[in-house]
Amino acid sequence: MVRFIGILVGLFFSGWLLVSFAMGAKEYISNPPAETAEHAFHQEPKDISFTSDGPLGKFDRQQLQRGFQVYKEVCAACHSLRLVAFRNLEEIGYNEDEVKAIAANWAIQTPDVDPDTGEMSSRPSLPADKFPKPFANNVAAAAANNNAIPPDLSLITKAREGGAPYVYSLLTGYQNPPANLPEANQPGPGLHYNPYFANLNLAMAPPLAAADMVSYSDGTNPSIEQMAEDVTAFLIWTAEPKLEERHQTGWAVIAFLLIATILAYLSYRTIWADVKAEKKKKV
Amino acid sequence: MSFPWAKEYTPTTDFGQWMDKQLPLPRFIYNSVGAGYPAPRNLNYMWNFGSLAGLFLVVQIVTGIILAMHYAANANIAFDSVEHIMRDVNSGWMIRYAHANGASFFFIAIYLHIGRGLFYGSYKAPREMLWLLGVVIYLLAMATAFMGYVLPWGQMSFWGAKVITGLFEAIPLVGKPIQELLLGGFAPDNAALNRFFSLHYLLPFVIAGVVIMHIWALHIPGSNNPTGVDVKGPQDTVPFHPYYTAKDGWTIGLALIFFTALMFFLPNALGHADNYIPANPLSTPAHIVPEWYFWPWYAILRAFTFDFLFIPAKLLGVLAMFSAILVWFFLPWLDKSPVRSGNFRPKFKIFFGILVIDVLILGYCGGAPAEEPFVMISQLAAAYYFAHFLIILPLLSRMEKPEPLPNSITESVTGKPLNTAS
Amino acid sequence: MATVETADTAVAEESGVRRRDFINIAAVSFAGAGAVATVFPLVNQMNPSADVLALSSIEVDISAIEAGQSIKTSWRKQPIFIRNLTADEISQANAVDTAGLRDPETLADRTTPGKENWLITLGVCTHLGCVPLGAAQGEIKGEFGGYFCPCHGSHYDTAARIRKGPAPTNLVVPEHEFLSDTVVKIG
Repeated sequence: MVRFIGILVGLFFSGWLLVSFAMGAKEYISNPPAETAEHAFHQEPKDISFTSDGPLGKFDRQQLQRGFQVYKEVCAACHSLRLVAFRNLEEIGYNEDEVKAIAANWAIQTPDVDPDTGEMSSRPSLPADKFPKPFANNVAAAAANNNAIPPDLSLITKAREGGAPYVYSLLTGYQNPPANLPEANQPGPGLHYNPYFANLNLAMAPPLAAADMVSYSDGTNPSIEQMAEDVTAFLIWTAEPKLEERHQTGWAVIAFLLIATILAYLSYRTIWADVKAEKKKKV
Repeated sequence: MSFPWAKEYTPTTDFGQWMDKQLPLPRFIYNSVGAGYPAPRNLNYMWNFGSLAGLFLVVQIVTGIILAMHYAANANIAFDSVEHIMRDVNSGWMIRYAHANGASFFFIAIYLHIGRGLFYGSYKAPREMLWLLGVVIYLLAMATAFMGYVLPWGQMSFWGAKVITGLFEAIPLVGKPIQELLLGGFAPDNAALNRFFSLHYLLPFVIAGVVIMHIWALHIPGSNNPTGVDVKGPQDTVPFHPYYTAKDGWTIGLALIFFTALMFFLPNALGHADNYIPANPLSTPAHIVPEWYFWPWYAILRAFTFDFLFIPAKLLGVLAMFSAILVWFFLPWLDKSPVRSGNFRPKFKIFFGILVIDVLILGYCGGAPAEEPFVMISQLAAAYYFAHFLIILPLLSRMEKPEPLPNSITESVTGKPLNTAS
Repeated sequence: MATVETADTAVAEESGVRRRDFINIAAVSFAGAGAVATVFPLVNQMNPSADVLALSSIEVDISAIEAGQSIKTSWRKQPIFIRNLTADEISQANAVDTAGLRDPETLADRTTPGKENWLITLGVCTHLGCVPLGAAQGEIKGEFGGYFCPCHGSHYDTAARIRKGPAPTNLVVPEHEFLSDTVVKIG
């Protein structure tokens, strides 16, 4: 009885799937889906490597500091970094006093309540504070940016398909639209063509428009590519501040497990030796 | 327990004897995973995934209890509390990555364990109850994993919750009220997040309880084995300890190497980038996919694109997806072939191979965007999936001529007939 | 298995018995050591996290506190009293013979040299942890003009020393340092 009902149910599901397949295939052949411009013109992220890549990867602190400078002088006006605290900057090589000064002098102050009047006010930030947001809320952010909300950058290299290379490619990928780009995909007013962006046009104007937008104290030449690479490296750190600790712990754990597993395997072999010997002898 | 030649637990110390009289827990352990459980001597490495699934269940429960000490199940701060774990809690990143990847390894182990059961006929008499309990564990694990994925309250969490609870909407008449009941609202929000957290914390302990019944049910008939032939005497078995504890022990080490390599070096490889964006009810991710272990079922869900008479395609998809798993409950009665092991079933072996590839294809299509040709491929693959369990297996048991079985396990191991073994 | 005990395997076993035991013991001890090492992060996660530790020291601007006034602020999620003692209160505190005190300390012991007027204490009664009264305007300061804990009636004097009631010790003076005349760092 179970088998009889089973066969009926099976015939129904499989049969209807085959019918659906046939109808879908007919549609597919007679009316093949056109390739969209988003698909045709979209480009995969550029091939770029960072010192933090791979299981042995480490941060280049000098580069992170340069990247922080780019974030501070270029990105911070619109993009928040709400999950990172000023105190975290000590991890990329600033000392306590430098961190204190960076926090206190940050262009945007930390929101607070006036202790005398109870009204909303702001105060200079302390190392324990997170980076204050440039806009009070999403509505303010959208209103100031042509209705596009600048995303928070704390996790951006983990929150985008393609990761850090995508961020780098986006920063360096602005260009004039190709001549054969369909009308519908032309950048409208306030939009900018960038083939690394999923729908090809984004609201953010090229943030690193020219070389020398920042001047590096360590003498590195601030080309657009250099600035993009540095700020991307900084954003890898903000997204995964424990990366180095993770890699080091990983190697220690795996080294231990390798030895333990080899010992366990040898132990297994000796324990089974008599059973295996019996098998061999009998054959 | 099951075999008369099983070694008897004999406490040697005074304390051991006292304990044995009052609470024979050592005896219980001795008889279940100790020397008192005779296991077939010919189990191959496919028999190691049960203990590995158990290991990862423990990893999940331990890391999960710890994460719950820091996580806040509130839609306003859930996302930030996860980042607090990642950034500020001591070793929090390690514990969270262990939990996120431990779920994947639990499912890897459980899928290989199920596949082993399917090939070697471990679901057949006298082990139907063992199999049914296993299917229950799998269903509970799926529910637990789904609710766990909602907790970080990222974009994929939110939209995953919305899509999956939206499935219930397909049920005629009562669908909408059921969906609202599940969510405690009209869309996923604080109410849903809180109940998912509560159940996500509860269900693993329910799973652990069913696992104990699963192992209990295993010990009554004893383990199946690669020949599928019943154990005939003491020469066919070895004591579970030290033989299989040692074998499980070293494969646990091996599994942990793979696990830690993924967790420390590619911790987000199996996750989805969108889940690092806080949940936003006003913006849908470009393409919503569940975690990889749900992909085959998700492909079946999406394979139904045409209404059947009065049944809408969406409802068909939901019915098919649940049927695809529920069919396992009937498997022991669908496949009536008296031969257990696929090794001695030449035609079954071929169909089983096709099924494995079929499920892999379904998995691939489930993870791909819902566009052609993936929908058409998943239609064919889903058609085979149902045909395999509901049509091919019932008919095959009548039409197939199995190869001759060995007389005993020992004979298959030594290549000599039983009577010369001792 | 008894059936395995044939002559040649028995010989092999005799010579291999030590190595075999050693490997099993080594494997089990390694697994045990690994389990113990794993416990460390699993327990250590309960220690204060980095964001909590970041708030373990604070800087307070004391320029607005007039003599005779005090403020109540929060440090490590506990109340803290910062009191600008008047000359009168200082002489009151210094007049006390410490030998007769339950917890003998002078005002100088409890303040920074040169800044004896700044009395900084935790606002936590040493008896059972209530917040004593006396820091805010108009609160009763107890019989000795310092602080008074209403829970079980502990009276503290103008150096926040216990003078009467069940509290065993003086109000705790946290580690602090004057960064300038107007800013004090606590913790």
